[in-house]
Amino acid sequence: MGKDSKLILDPLADNNPITIQVLGICSALAITAELEASIVMSISVLFVLAVGNVVISLMRNIIPSKIRIIVQLIVVATLVIIVDLVLKAFAYELSKTLSVFVGLIITNCIIMGRFEAFALGNSPWRSFLDGIGNSLGYAVILIIVGFFRELLGSGTLLGIPVLGNPIPGELSGLYAYGYENNGFMLLSPMALIVVGIIIWVQRTKNKALIED
Amino acid sequence: MSLKSKLHDIKEKYKGTKMAPAFNALHTFLYLPNETTHNGTHIKVADDLKRTMNTVIMALVPCLIFGMFNAGYQHYLALGEIEAANGFFGASFWSFDNLILGAWQVLPLVIVSYGVGLAVEFLFAVIKGHEVEEGYLVTGMLVPLIVPIDIPLWMLSVAVIFGVVIGKEVFGGTGMNILNPALTIRAFLFFAYPTWMSGDKVWVHDAVNRDQLIAAGENVDAISGETLLGFYAKSGQELTIAGTNGGSEIITTYGDRAADLYSYWDMFWGLIPGSVGETSKFLIIIGALFLIFTKIGSWRIMLSTIIGALAMGLIFNGVVGAGWIQESSKFFGLMNVPFWQHLIIGSILFGAVYMATDPVTAAQTNKGKWIYGFLIGFISIMIRVFNPAYPEGVFLAILLMNVFAPTIDHYVIQGNVKKRMKRLKVKTA
Repeated sequence: MGKDSKLILDPLADNNPITIQVLGICSALAITAELEASIVMSISVLFVLAVGNVVISLMRNIIPSKIRIIVQLIVVATLVIIVDLVLKAFAYELSKTLSVFVGLIITNCIIMGRFEAFALGNSPWRSFLDGIGNSLGYAVILIIVGFFRELLGSGTLLGIPVLGNPIPGELSGLYAYGYENNGFMLLSPMALIVVGIIIWVQRTKNKALIED
Repeated sequence: MSLKSKLHDIKEKYKGTKMAPAFNALHTFLYLPNETTHNGTHIKVADDLKRTMNTVIMALVPCLIFGMFNAGYQHYLALGEIEAANGFFGASFWSFDNLILGAWQVLPLVIVSYGVGLAVEFLFAVIKGHEVEEGYLVTGMLVPLIVPIDIPLWMLSVAVIFGVVIGKEVFGGTGMNILNPALTIRAFLFFAYPTWMSGDKVWVHDAVNRDQLIAAGENVDAISGETLLGFYAKSGQELTIAGTNGGSEIITTYGDRAADLYSYWDMFWGLIPGSVGETSKFLIIIGALFLIFTKIGSWRIMLSTIIGALAMGLIFNGVVGAGWIQESSKFFGLMNVPFWQHLIIGSILFGAVYMATDPVTAAQTNKGKWIYGFLIGFISIMIRVFNPAYPEGVFLAILLMNVFAPTIDHYVIQGNVKKRMKRLKVKTA
């Protein structure tokens, strides 16, 4: 079990797909302006990666290596379409916020990366754990970034105002003292800077992660 | 015991501890230290980093003082309490009242900028165990000059922390930064708090505040504080400025020329609304001459920036002259501005003299400096005209070219290497 738990715990911190491998940055920048969107995105990736890893692992001995990328793409695309349709059916507003980025999970490097690097060479159970671990590592960063961007950019968390009421004339909470939301936080470049700060903090704490 | 020897004693006491850099900095900032170098060859030059920085600060002081007077002047003028000054030496400009109000607004900006910025610098020096560098001395002076007069102090503090940490310290401190820290601070403010950084209310003291009071239903007089660029960007459309004065409503309709509002000389002397220290082109030119004379600022960058701005202005004038753009277009107003006038409206001169010439972030090779400066001027005017949200682009253009400066240098050097290789081959062949 020790080896298996490593599959889940490693990607959470010391081998994080976003901050260490620097994969999946595109979606981390695009959809993290709101915490809710980050969480839904994380769950979608968790589903696609965990199931996809198992499927690829089951087929690993019958996929001809020349066409393996195509096969992987078909698996991802099928799963992503399922996610997309489920979101459209049960969370239409949210799927509009996420827009093309659900579809773009197909091109998320983390997923193809795990298929190539892990699922093709490991048993279904270990591949499943690996998928869970990596998507949780992805989720942790997305949720941290989403938390700060929504809190500082809109003054809300999951859509609930936490810093007071910013409407002029009925100011309350922090806004009554002249606080204002930081519009920069809602722009994608700020997500890049937040991810950068996380990388900075992580590598300051664990010097072994610093590469030359 | 004098302050100097006391500081020296404190410094000796903390030598080798974590706090040492902070006390060292305090000592060398106030006095010339007693220590001399002991071994190796050393060359004594007068212009060390500290003196370079101080020279730039000296060149900035006139702009700062003028900015204080102008802040008060614009405020009282907008209230209708004083007459227009009519020229640089107008009595209603250099009045004590203007200075008091301006200083009351501007000095807190200076104090916050220096206080917060140096605190971050000291903190990083102590954590990283290196000496405090003088780099922030100029940044701290530039920042109050390039923000609107009424910017809330907490926003300025947040922006300064962001600018110093993300713009400079993460890259390794003074000398290693890619972006000009002062402009990083301005860009942060611009994107984070656009309502305080752009629009027609922020450039004159009290205008925003009064606007909010009116919105909340209180009976006060509104002040308009549009910059000239704002006027130009809106010209072509019928422009109406409404305000109430003493209870009676005043509606002023200007033609589509900002020149109806301010004379060219007002723009040159700087008696116009704008960021605190960038309005007076006259004092900026004096500062520029001072920097060129002391060989601190690069005249190549200043000149090429101006050439670039004029070139882009000429292109736009040509487009208008050829009739390729219709008068109803929202870009017509700014495109139609005579090309030379781009130099006296907005902050292109301030950017060219004090921002683009930053020795760390500018191109290093002489040929590179010409390219770098030209593109800054060229892109500044382009963004100024086409920016849909805010008719100014100098700081964006300089930040963009900061990023490209190393690339420009690389190709200039490679070009030179190739040229010399060719010469070598011709000789040996």
